[in-house]
Formats: sequence, structure tokens, C-alpha cells
Amino acid sequence: MGLLSDPNRRRALTKLLTRLNAPICGMPVDWLVKTMQSRGLEVFTQSFTRKLPFPDENKERYMVRGTNVYGILRAPRAPRTEALVLSAPCSEGNNNNQAVGLLLGLAQYFRSQIHWAKDIIFLVNEHDLIGMQAWLEGYHHTNTTGGDWSPLQGRGGSIQAALSLELSSDVITSLDLVLEGLNGQLPNLDLANLFYAFCQKIGVLCTIQGKLQRNDWDTTSGYSHAAQTMMLMVLKQASGRPWGDHGLFLRYHIEAASIRGINSFRQYKTDTTTIGRLLEGMYRKLNNLLERLHQSYFFYLMPSLSRFVSIGYYMPAFGLLAVILLLRALDLWVQLGASPPGTEDGPSSPGVLSILTPVVISHMTGVALYTLPILSQEMAVQHFPVSETEAVVLTAIAIYTAGLALPHNTHRLLQGEGTEEGWRVLKLVALLYLAVLLGCTALINFSLGFILALSLVPIAAFITPHTPKALSAAIMVLLSPGCTLLYCVFVFQELQETPVSLQDGWMLFLSVISQGILDHALYGSLVYPLLALLIYPCWLLLWNILFWK
Amino acid sequence: MAAPLTLLLIVAVTIRAVLFRSSLAELIPERVEVVSPLNAWKRVVEGLALLDLGVSPYAGDVFHETPLIIYFFHFVSDYAEIVFMMADALTAVALYLAVKDYNKTVFRKQKYALEAERYPLDCLELIRTPKEMYYIPLKVAMFYLLNPFTILSCVAKSTCGLNNAVIALFILCTVKGSSLMSAIFLALATYQSIYPLTLFAPALLYLLQRLYIPVNWQRSSFWLFTTQYTFMYLGSLCVMVCLSFFLLSSWDFLSSVYGFILSVPDLTPNIGLFWYFFAEMFEHFRLFFICVFQINVFFYTIPLSIKLKEHPIFLIFMQIAIISIFKSYPTVGDIALYMAFLPAWNHLYRFLRNIFLVSVVLLACSTLFPVLWHLWIYAGSANSNFYYAITLLFNVAQILLVSDYFYAYLRREHHLTHGLYLKRKDGSEATLVLK
Repeated sequence: MGLLSDPNRRRALTKLLTRLNAPICGMPVDWLVKTMQSRGLEVFTQSFTRKLPFPDENKERYMVRGTNVYGILRAPRAPRTEALVLSAPCSEGNNNNQAVGLLLGLAQYFRSQIHWAKDIIFLVNEHDLIGMQAWLEGYHHTNTTGGDWSPLQGRGGSIQAALSLELSSDVITSLDLVLEGLNGQLPNLDLANLFYAFCQKIGVLCTIQGKLQRNDWDTTSGYSHAAQTMMLMVLKQASGRPWGDHGLFLRYHIEAASIRGINSFRQYKTDTTTIGRLLEGMYRKLNNLLERLHQSYFFYLMPSLSRFVSIGYYMPAFGLLAVILLLRALDLWVQLGASPPGTEDGPSSPGVLSILTPVVISHMTGVALYTLPILSQEMAVQHFPVSETEAVVLTAIAIYTAGLALPHNTHRLLQGEGTEEGWRVLKLVALLYLAVLLGCTALINFSLGFILALSLVPIAAFITPHTPKALSAAIMVLLSPGCTLLYCVFVFQELQETPVSLQDGWMLFLSVISQGILDHALYGSLVYPLLALLIYPCWLLLWNILFWK
Repeated sequence: MAAPLTLLLIVAVTIRAVLFRSSLAELIPERVEVVSPLNAWKRVVEGLALLDLGVSPYAGDVFHETPLIIYFFHFVSDYAEIVFMMADALTAVALYLAVKDYNKTVFRKQKYALEAERYPLDCLELIRTPKEMYYIPLKVAMFYLLNPFTILSCVAKSTCGLNNAVIALFILCTVKGSSLMSAIFLALATYQSIYPLTLFAPALLYLLQRLYIPVNWQRSSFWLFTTQYTFMYLGSLCVMVCLSFFLLSSWDFLSSVYGFILSVPDLTPNIGLFWYFFAEMFEHFRLFFICVFQINVFFYTIPLSIKLKEHPIFLIFMQIAIISIFKSYPTVGDIALYMAFLPAWNHLYRFLRNIFLVSVVLLACSTLFPVLWHLWIYAGSANSNFYYAITLLFNVAQILLVSDYFYAYLRREHHLTHGLYLKRKDGSEATLVLK
């Protein structure tokens, strides 16, 4: 019972997989359309073009063109109001060569079942996330990121859930579940629990963050293993990028997860038929949903697949960090109130202008950091022997470092400031601004807010013009957002058990920056604008306070 | 002082013009914090379209503006952006002139009181100086024009800007002492949204004060003037209502505008207190709670008027604040109007107790509104409770702000009559408590 109990179907699947074993250059659109049609699906294609702001190292060209192919399996006896999606990205080379075959095999099997109550859309998207973004925007009739795509000819109703499949070999040892989506959004925990429960029932090994879970919870090594898994999830969530094709579904309130097949050196291997049975079970379960998954948590951290940390546990930790800022602000307020108001009204009470100047200049630097790297890549390529990607990243780093030189210049613009009260008022403003900013960030993307809070709250609380300048300056630079990003890259590599040397780590850091800028331009990820337009100016304000004369 | 004011107006108009031309001009009119079903520009356009088709604009429960507004926009809908910018500028100039005149009155009264030696000797530091009061009108205009709430309201083309302009003109006419114009503008403001009715009492008190008529029930001059003012007000109101009837040849607008404001049928979330309550209300109790909530707005008039009958302009400030907090469909434009008055009470700074907490909570709530809206509506991870919690917190902070200023004002008055350092009967130091 179930998929491929019929030997004919098994043979057909094996044939498909062997045929697809050869690397696919570009996408075989016509063949896919023909094959899907022969399986009884309604097939449609969507072509899209996307202009990248700068040529990415993977694509190496400004314009990306592609076609998505999707086939809709209509539910036999139900109104066409709801749909489920099974997608497999069609990537270059050997990256994902088995997934499409499994998808087509499943399509053929599902076609003969009569119990489907929702339409099932089998999607093969080209260029991974870019194709998926074009398809989702076309499906939901929105265009938030400025891509150019042809409208979809066929639809299936509102999508209730989606799974994205990535398989690189026809036998696997474990399945990896990827949950982190765009801007750190996570699917409902019910989806992850459902997948894990099915894996256990079928007997397939399931991992999260590529790590198997251990049973020795109370030993130190077991605890540290779980902590490492959770830290990996925190770092992935903080990056704000979708770690699988499912990441873009979450924005449309569609619960989605990515399933990645991993083939490591283990004796017990699972073959494609078992994966097929697993997916069939998942889809039958999703088929029975009466409403969207919303009963379980949306905000969680997973140290392993059978444990999670809910928001009620981790938010107070962040709350305590934010309270530090508020208490310091209160302390400054009391100091400002207690200072004798008997002095002349005039030079001593810092005019709004002397506080406004550092704020405006910091924010203009932030705007420069946000807009200049992409705008000036032409000029940079003409004058320096670098590629466009490198030009963008190096301009960003240059503007970031140039911001450090600012305090020595802004003082010349202010006329007659430099009072004790002046820096206190500025610090009060900076503390409140940082507290509100971190609070809002933590609500949307907790991991990002927490990591930024860990690095920025100590310096915000302790910096005054009277702390020893050299030491404080060094600490401030070491804990600035850019360096925090660098440390995160190294820690991430360590946790994944692929530690890198300093040289490789630096190159990885540069590629992370370019990927962040690209994510923002292509999918609307908020990490880069947040860091450039809001966090960096806040840090510059604190830097300004440190060098207050 | 004309030059700084002109410069301020130019800066304000530039900011608004820049925002009108940016991509934010499409996002902001959608925000529920900035527009409400009563004053959204989308609905005005809808009403105009229905009017052009010859159908009553009130058919279909979309349009809830008064007929005078729809006829006004019938002629100027192509220049809507300029109209709203001019309304903001008009409000700012009206507030500027009103506060300037009011300051002159206050200073004159203070001078007479000083000459009559009515102030105890130790509270001379509470006396206001002309130097300190010189920049207050400009600061009031600046607080109104450069307030992010006002700018958002203007860019959203919410007719709240026009309502604010009418109320500001009413305040100007009251302060200048012209009772006819004051009655006409008050009637216009009441005609637009019912709540400015509560401003009748402070306006009457101020005009009586200005004409040196004591508020005494036995005096005939008091009754004479009161009747005069009441007739002028009710007469203008009647004229406006009848004019509306003749413009559209039907009484539809009464139920669509006033019925809508009073019975609160539309429960779109906003920054007010009504929507969440009434979303959960059983039908059986709805009328009772509507009455309770609406009476809440009007109820504070009588006790406040009794307490503040010597200080009608402060009473106007408090009434406008109470209207913005407790009205059925508040938006941030209403808040901007009473916040513009805060520089006029600069001298109360030393008596304010909660200003830090209030400013932090208002700032945090203003930034949390869009975040929690996104989490509720788009991400689906939060729900209405989170948004209402922020709404509640925002309103509590506003109430705290208003009551803090009330305390500070009364305390200063108390000090001016009883001396700065208060002693109990046995000579120990006492503190003043608001009961």
C-alpha cells in the first residue's frame, strides 16, 4: 500500500531518476511540460527576468532569465478553493538532480488517488529563490520587489502549506529539515512536529541543522550539543535570509518547510521509495487540514527536533537586556534633572541644534552606507581592478570605517557646545532610540535583536566621555555591528564543524555582506537596511559621545 | 516674528511636498493609525464618485463626511494636496496668533496681580517673564507643523487636518474676543464631528472673562451673554444642517455621519478604545456600553469647567485632549492638535512628575504600532490582543500626560496663592496632592 508497491511504477521512477542523473544545463522546459502533461496534470509555465543590482558571484551577470514550470493536480471531487505545493528547485549541475524525478513520480502516483480534497501544485522553479519569488508574486498578484514576470495562467486557490524538496543523491542516510525563512520568520511548529513524527514512524533519520539529536540530555556533552544546534538556528535566523526555497512562502502566511536529503558515511541508507512514502504521508496529513496551521507556536528555537524553547522563555532574557538601557536612561534623566537649573538659560542648556547635528550626521552616514555601494559600483570598477561585487562590498566597508572619523569633524560645526549636559542629553536620546529599535527588531526577528543587543547594550550603557579613550574606542570597534557580523561568521563555521582560517573567513565575510545586499534588493530582506539605516547611526551616536569634548 | 514663522512654514511645506512625491505617499493612507473610516481620503473620493453618478453619496455605508465637505472637495479635489498643506499652515498660523494674544492677556493679568501684591513673596520665581514667553507662539506653531503625527496625517490626506484647522480658528476667534465668529467656527467644528460640543463651556467662560462678566447665576448680564452666545451657536448649527439638507435634498447625512459617530458600527482597529470592546460585545448589551463610552467623552466637561473656570484656555486644552483620547474613531492627527499646546505650558515643567515615563511610553508605542500590526495581519503570528495592548498603553500614556499637566497647573496656581514652600499647621514641610 502506498507509493511504488506496484513494480511498474517502481521501474518508471528508476528510469526517470537515471535519466535525470545527468547534470541539467538550464531547464528542460519542454520535456518537463510534456512529462507533466502525460501524467495528467494541468501544466503552465511562467517566464521571468530579474535585474540584479550587481552581478552576484554565483550568477556573474546582471540579468537573470528563467522559466518556472508547474503542474496542477486538480482535486477530483472538491471545489478548487485550497491548494498544497510541492516544489523542487532546478539548480545547475549536480546540486539537486534527484528531486525533480521524485516530484514527477509522486505526481503520477497522486493522480491515481481519489481522496485529495485540495489541489496539489507541483512546481519546478529555476534559479532557486529568484524563480520562487517570481512565482509567488505572480500567484498572489503582488509586486513588491520590482521583478518582471509573465502572469500565471492557472491557479489553484489559496495555498495552505508547501514543502520544498532538495535531493542530490538517490539514496540518503538522513533528511534535514530546514525551517528558517525570510527575515527570520518560522513556520508553525506543528509542521516541524508533523514531519518529525512521520520520519519516526517510517524509520527515516531526521536531523535539524545537519545535526542528529542525542538522547543523553543530562550529560555535559549532550547539553552542549543541543546548545550548539540552537546557536546554529539563532545564527541562521538572524541572517534574515531564506535558507531554503520555502522561506519565501512564509511571508504570504503559508506554512512551509524545506526537506534536504543528506548522504553521509553511514551504513543504513534509505532509498527514494521510502522518501516518497514519507512525502505521500505528509501530503495526506496536510490534505486533511480544515484550517491553516496556527495552533502551535510561531516563535521558537529548537535545540533538537523533539525539544523547543518557546518565546515565553527566551523573551525575558532579551527584556532584561533592554531594561539595562532603560534604567541607564532613567539614571541620566535624574542626573539632568538634578543639575542646578540656576545657571544661565543659553549656552549651558544645550540647544536642540547641538543635539540634532550629531543625529542628522549619523543618519546621513547611514543613508550613504545604504545607497552609495550600489550606486558607485560603476565608478569603482573604472578606477580599481576589482569586480563589481567586490566593489560594492569594499565600498560598504570603506564607508563604515570612514564613519569612525566623524566625531573629529562634527565638533567643528557646533558652535559653543561641549558641555556636560550636552553629552548627557545626546546619550539619553541614543539610549532610548536603541532600546526602542532593539525592541522592535526582537519582535520581528528575535535572534537578530538578541545578537545586536548582546553586542550593543554593554557599550551603550558604559560609554561616557570620561572612560579611558583608547580602551573604550578599541572595545567599541570590536563590538560594532560589522565586527559582530565577522564573529558570527567564524562562530557559524565552527558550529557547523567546518572551521575556516582567517583568510577564508574574511572572504566568507565579504560574501555574506554582498549576499545581504542582494537579499534586500531581490526578496525584501530587512537585515541590511536595518543595520545600515538604523543600527549603524545609533552606534555612530555612541561613538560621537565617546569623543565628546 | 514673521520671518521665523515664514521660514517654519516653508520648511513644513517642503517636507510635506517631498513626502507627497515619494513612495510613502501610497503606504501612509493605508495605515489605520493615521486614517479612520470617518476621515479617510479614499472614502472622500468614493463619495465624490457617487455624487457624480447622481447617487446619494451616503448609499453603501462607505462615506461618512458631511455634505459641506463633499461640496468643498467637489471643487478642489484636483488640488487636494495643496488644500491639506494649506490647512496645516492655517492651523499653525491660527495657533500662533491665538497663543500670542493669550500670552499678552496672561502677562497683563500677572502684572495687575503683582501690582496688587496678591502673590506671596517666596513664589517670585514662578512669575513668568516676557523673555521666556517671547518664543512660545513660534514653538507652538513648530510643535504643530513639525510633529511627525501631523505630517503623517497631511500626507495621508486625512480630513482630520481640516477639522483641526476649524478648531484652531475657533480658538483664535475666542481668544480675540469675537463671539460671533467663535460661535460660527464652533458650530462648524460640531457639525463636522459632534465632540467639539464640549468646547462650548470653555469658550463661554473665556468670553465672559474677557468682557469682565462674573460667572454668577444671579447676575442678568451673565444670562444675557450666555443666551446671546447660545443662540449664535445654535443658529449657526441650524443654518449648516439646513444648508446640508438643501445641498443634497435628503436627511441621509444625519444617520450616516452623526449616527455613525455615535453608534460605532465599524470596528476597524484604530488607536482608540472602542473597537476591541465592541468586537466582543454581546448584542444585548451593546446599547448600554455605547451610551457609557460616549457619555465618557462629555462627562468630564462639568467637573473640569467648575475647577478650571478661571483658566478657560487650559480647559480648552484639556477638553481637546479628552476628545482625542475618548472619541470613537481617533487618529494621530487629533493627538497632534493638543500636543501643539504643550509649549504654552513650559512654565509648568518643574512641577511635572511623569514626563520621562510618558515620553518613553508614547515613543515606544508609536514605533510598536506598525510592528504589531505587521505581526498580526501579515505574519499571522500575533493577534488582535497584542495590538490592543499597545493601543491601551498609548491611551494610558496620553491620559497620564494630560493629568500630569493638570496637576502641575493646579499646583502652580496653589503656590501662587499660598506660597512656594508649604507648611502644615505645625510648621513641617507639606506636599501637595491632587485628590
